[in-house]
Formats: sequence, structure tokens, C-alpha cells
Amino acid sequence: MKLDEFFVTGEPLIYGGMVAIVLVTSAIIFILTYFKKWKWLWQEWLTTVDHKKIGIMYILSALAMLFRGGMDALMMRAQLAVPNWNFLNAQHYNEIFTTHGTVMIIFMAMPFLIGLMNIVVPLQIGARDFAFPFVNAISFWSFFFGAMLFNISFVIGGSPDAGWTSYTPLAGAAMSPGPGENFYLLGLQLAGIGTLATGINLMVTILKMRAPGMKMFQMPIFTWSSLITCFIIIFAFPILTIALALLTIDRIFGSQFFTLTGEGLPMMWANLFWMWGHPEVYIVILPAFGIFSEVISTFAHKRLFGYNAMVWSIIIIAGLSFLVWVHHFFTMGAGAFVNSVFSVSTMLIAVPTGVKIFNWLGTLYKSKIEFSTAMLWALAFVPSFVIGGVTGVMLGMASADYQFHNSYFLIAHFHYVLIAGTVFACFAGLTYWYPKMFGLKLNERLGKWAFWFFLIGFHVCFLPQYFIGWDGMPRRIFYIMPEWFTLNFISTIGAFGMGIGFAIFIYNVYYSYRYSPREETGDAWGGRTLEWATPTPVPPYNFATLPEVHQLDAFMEMKEKGETTFEEKKLQPIHMPNNSGKPFIMMLILFFASFALVFEWIPLAAIFLAGGFIMMIIRSFDYDEGYHISVAEIKRLERERRGLDHE
Amino acid sequence: MSEQHVESRPLEYQSEQGRLNILGFWIFLAAELALFATLFATYAVLFGRTAGAPEPGELFEAKDTLIMTFLLLTSSFTCGIAIHEMRRGARNSLMTWLVITLILGFCFLGFEVNEFATYVQEGATLQSSAFWSGFFILAGTHGLHVTLGTVWMICLLIQLGQRGITKITSRKVFIIGLYWHFLDVVWIFIFTSVYLIGMVM
Repeated sequence: MKLDEFFVTGEPLIYGGMVAIVLVTSAIIFILTYFKKWKWLWQEWLTTVDHKKIGIMYILSALAMLFRGGMDALMMRAQLAVPNWNFLNAQHYNEIFTTHGTVMIIFMAMPFLIGLMNIVVPLQIGARDFAFPFVNAISFWSFFFGAMLFNISFVIGGSPDAGWTSYTPLAGAAMSPGPGENFYLLGLQLAGIGTLATGINLMVTILKMRAPGMKMFQMPIFTWSSLITCFIIIFAFPILTIALALLTIDRIFGSQFFTLTGEGLPMMWANLFWMWGHPEVYIVILPAFGIFSEVISTFAHKRLFGYNAMVWSIIIIAGLSFLVWVHHFFTMGAGAFVNSVFSVSTMLIAVPTGVKIFNWLGTLYKSKIEFSTAMLWALAFVPSFVIGGVTGVMLGMASADYQFHNSYFLIAHFHYVLIAGTVFACFAGLTYWYPKMFGLKLNERLGKWAFWFFLIGFHVCFLPQYFIGWDGMPRRIFYIMPEWFTLNFISTIGAFGMGIGFAIFIYNVYYSYRYSPREETGDAWGGRTLEWATPTPVPPYNFATLPEVHQLDAFMEMKEKGETTFEEKKLQPIHMPNNSGKPFIMMLILFFASFALVFEWIPLAAIFLAGGFIMMIIRSFDYDEGYHISVAEIKRLERERRGLDHE
Repeated sequence: MSEQHVESRPLEYQSEQGRLNILGFWIFLAAELALFATLFATYAVLFGRTAGAPEPGELFEAKDTLIMTFLLLTSSFTCGIAIHEMRRGARNSLMTWLVITLILGFCFLGFEVNEFATYVQEGATLQSSAFWSGFFILAGTHGLHVTLGTVWMICLLIQLGQRGITKITSRKVFIIGLYWHFLDVVWIFIFTSVYLIGMVM
């Protein structure tokens, strides 16, 4: 293979991207070397099995992916701002909308939420760690290397260009030759391993490691939403694993699952993809609901209204999420009966979702609302999400969908639910738990600027798209007609508004690091759940003594009774797992295996794959039993972090 | 949990980590179930789409598949005996029964490789039609699982030799027992819904 086939050439934007990658990488290497931080990086971060650090790495990576996916979005909006413009050519545009969708769902939304779950769930249930800390590190590195594999495609080999849904036969070997589509398949596959492992890990953690006395229906709502999300992951991700594997085998080894020859069935891909893909929508929205519930209840200073209804509606939504996948292709021609069944099941989801909306409103009713930044995100979510939800019901009517299908009305709908739901929740959750993660609050003034830019930008960007959709503008086109100019131009302005909001948010992280006062109590907002009972920064073992739980909002009860998680008389040595470099190395090897497979270098891929298995065998012989933190050490850590030394 | 209460349970359940790992593995098996269910669904959808390649009824042989079924079912039984011996604390007996399980597993794999090679010679390959793609991937995924299981079992035999029956090794052996029985259950579905139906239709 020639070098100019290996690297993507001929595009000024991509040359710019290459230069940026080289510059950023050199800068990172220089800084790490100059400040002698390599050892620190390896010991504190790359080999860590601490769920809090892994969570932070998830969120940092997700923010980087949000930047990348956002840049894709801005380039698309720039191209669509003016009729007959040539900022991007058709091929480049196809690649960008493909990577935008994939990056945002798989490498931004899900990891961001999993990162928050990583940090928060063990703290909320009074656990010292995940059930399987080593596996947790494997999960993170599999996501990270999967994301890296997908992202290098734009400079090496070429990006996938068949849409984030990768419909066959378009995505098959005959119509999409070259490595682009393989990057999609193997990047998702690699990341998917980690997601499934996280699902199992978190489920066992939540089921088995709750603090003494905490019943299922005393779990904080975010933990509940995480548990149900894990359930969806466990039953949905294997479907994706198979779908991706079958298409990979089709493309690389010539099988006939989705081909047009040999009696393959291209539409089977749409079914498999959405049997995973629709539940996936709820994998990224249910934890968001959990975050909003926590934020709203904290800043309304009131117990969550209708907790049981909230939990049951999450469970019902999860169940229904598996029964609606055909609504993604009503126009495929499945027939009136099939479409009717899926139309009804789709619209049924609006019922439990509506219940939740009333729960949030009920919590706010007659409460003393504190308008903090996190709360603003949560408050803005409710009406924005309702607009998205109602238009979703419109799309759910199979007959009407023949009109809306593949138009900008659809684009507006799912951006309304996914941005108002998931992205707002990511910002709300990060702002809310930031003091727990880093021991300082984000600056509220900058946070509000970021919020208003993003919120207004969001509505200016996507509200017009409903109307462009009605005007007949289809999705996935890179030229607009002159009569669609005005609304598209407004939409593009809105997109840049969101970009500014994001930039302010990132600046806020830097600004707060420099200027915000450090948190001393650990209970930054007057919280109601157990994560606020720990001191900040949270010690490696989370809880020096495990609290006894008798009710929902366990920390409120502790505060009333004057209890803490540091009862000096009850201290015992705490067992901790050792750090390990194996997860990083194992996934790095599998990254190389996937990379070789992308270019269909089969012998090389086989060698690396064998390397991956050897790593697993080495792990099987690993009897590392961890270490104990002594009582004296616990006392020292807790006294220091609770500011008790001055007594 | 008090230690006396724990002592009454089997060795693999006595440590906290043992209980967590075993539950985690059960949940992993649920995911595996979803994985195989997807493959079965694909196979069912592609059934009969042979595009001129040989029909399944022409190639499937009752005798060979019955022998394979017999081998795998017996290996599940011997694996059960191995766990029973582990509960008695008899290491040598446990290892012997595991070795027997392993040998039966290898025999099964031998038959499967032979079967696949025959089909390929007869003109039914992964590439020849959608039906045969579905068949090879479904049966092949099961075979791959069995292969991984045998490598895993060899690793565990070495560890049992090194360390004897401890809380950790007993947990590992118990878990591979679950895995092995699961593969047996999947095979029963493959035997009925692939081979028997394929021979009849």
C-alpha cells in the first residue's frame, strides 16, 4: 500500500486536522517530559482501578469527543448556511454527517453518562468500589481505544461515509470499498466490549454492594436509572456485537448476510441495528432523567415527588424500548399491520415519560427553587424535551411518518430529545457533581453565560428545522435550494451559539481551577444522597465507615441524626485492589489488532489478536490480592480531608 | 455477614468476591443468551436462502450430529461430577474429571472441524449463500466458545495443580462449570433448530 493511500490526501481541511493532531500530540509529549510527569501519568491515571479516576477519564474523553462531534456539526451547518456553497464537497459532507452521529452517540453521550455513573453510583449506594475494579479499567480502555480507532479514520484511511446507521447494502463491501466503513465497524465493536462489561459490573455493584439497610426502593433515583440502563445494555449490546460482526465478516471475508447477491437480506441490517439502536436511545436518556431528578430535588430542597412512580416509569420505558424498533423504518414496506403495532407501542412510551414530567413539576410545585447553574439546565430541559417528545409522537404515527420520514422534521425531533435530554443532563450532572470530583465548584456566573448561549443557540438552531422539514428539505443533502435559505441561515447561527456556549463551559473549567475557592465540607449543595456524606477529595476507599440506611435520601437522615461516615471507634482496615497496567496494555494490543483488521491485514491482525488472548491468560494466572489501608492511615486521611486536625 | 453463616456455604461462595464474581457471570450469561438469540434469529430469517448451493438436508448427517450431541452432553455431565468432587475437596478427582471433560470437548471440536471441512468440499461455504453464512457463523460461534472454554479449562487445571482447591480456584472452576453447561444448552438449541429441522425440511 502506498503512503498516499494510507493517509488521506487532497483536502485542505484534513491537512489542517493533521497539523493540529501533530501539534497537540507534540505539545502533550513536551509538557509531560518537561514537567517530568510520565511516571505520574502512568501510576496515577493509566494504571488506576479507582472508579472515581476512571470516571474522570471517561468524562474528559467524552468532552474531547463533544468537541470533535461539535466541529463536525459546525462544518455541516456552515455548508448548509447558504445555497449552492462549496465549503465541503459531497463526499466530505457524507463523511462528516456519519462521524458526527457516531461520535455523538457512541463516543460522547454514552461515555459521558457512564463516566458520571462511575463516579457517582458507588458513592450514592455507600459502596467502597465497583464489584470488579479491574474490569472497570478494561471497560474504560476499550472505550478509549475504540474511540481513538474511529477518530484516526479521518487522517488515516478515510472516514466512513454511509451514515451513523451504516445501512446495507450501501455500507457493504460492494458499494463502500476501502477502510472507512471498517473503521466504523471495529471502532464500535472495540468500544462495545467495554460498554457491556460496564453494564454487568454496575449491575452487580448495585445489586450486591449497597450500604447496610439500603433496600431497592431506597436507592437514589440516579442509581435506579443506572441499574435499568445496565439492564438495557446487557440485552441490547449483544445484538450490536452480532450485527457489527456479521457486517465485518461480510466485508472482509465475503459472507452474504447483507449483500445483494447470494440471497442476502440488506434490510436485516436495519432490523438488527435498530433492535440495538432504539434501546440505545434509552441508554442515553434514562441516566439523564436520573440526573435531572437528583438536581431538581436538591435545588428545590424537597424530596422527589412520586419516587415510586418515577422508578416504575423508568422500568416500563426500558421494557417498551425493545418493542418499537420498526418505527425507524415505517417506510420500508413492512405492511399496515406491522406498522400499526409498532406505531402503537411507540406512542405508548409517551405515557410513562409524561408521568415523569409530572413528577418533576410536582417536585418543583410549592418548593423554594434555588436557581443554580445545574438547576437552570434541569429547568430548561423540561419544556425543551416536551417539544421533542410531542413531535416524537407525531413521527410515531406511521401514516404521518410517510410525510415526515427522512426530512429535517425528524432531525429537529431527535436533536430536541437528545440535546435537551442528554447533553443538558451531561452539563447539569457535571456542574452538580463537579465539587465531588475536583473539590471545587465551577464558577456560577460563567456557568450561566455558557447555559444561556447554549440554550438559546439550541432553540435557534433546531426550532427552524421543524419548519424546513415541512418545507420538504430532506436530511443528508449537502446543497440547499434558495427557498430554504432563511431558516437554514438562522439555524446555522444557532449552531454557532451552541459552540460559543460550549467554549465558555470549557473556559469555566480552567477559570474555576485558577480562581474558585476549594470546597471544604464535601456537602457542596446541601445534598440529600450519600455521595455528599464523603469528604472531598473523596478518599480512595470512599467511606471510612459504612452508613446504615433506613430511608430514601439517606444523607438527610444522617444530617438530622448528626452521623458521619467517619465513626472513629468503628474503623477497620479496608481492603483495596492494586493498580494494574494490564487493562491498558490488553486494550492497546486489541487496538492494533482492530487497526490491522481495518486494513484487512489478516496475518498481522491474527498475531495481535493472539496477543490479546495471551494477556487474558496472564490475567487468569494473576493472584494479586490487593492491599489493606490501615486504621491509622484512614484516620490521617479523614482528619486531613474533614479539616479536623485543628481541634 | 457473619463468618459462621458463610462457613455453611460452598467454598466458592464464602468470599465476598466469590459471590460477586458468580453473580456477575450469571449476568454475563444473560448477555450471551441475547447474543446467541440474535444469531438464531439471523439463521431463521436466512433459512432456505441457499442460492443454488447445496440444501442443508443434502449435507446434514444424523449420525455425526448425534455423536457430537452425545459428546457434549456427556462432557456437561462429567463437568458436573467435577464440581461435585470439588465440593468434597478431592483435588485429584476434580482434576481427573475436568481432564475427561476437556477430552470430550476436544473430540466434539474435532467432529465439528471435520463437518465444516466436508461441507466446504461439497460446495457449501461461508461465501456461497446467505443461508450457509448464517449456518457457519451460528455453529462457528458456538464452536469458538467451546474452543475458548478448553483453553480456559487448561489454565484452570494448571492453577489447580499449583494451588489446590482454594476459595479462588473453586470460584473459577465453578464459573467455568456454568459456562460449560451454558454451551451445552446452546448446543441443544442448535441440534434441534438447525440440524433436526434442517434435515426434515
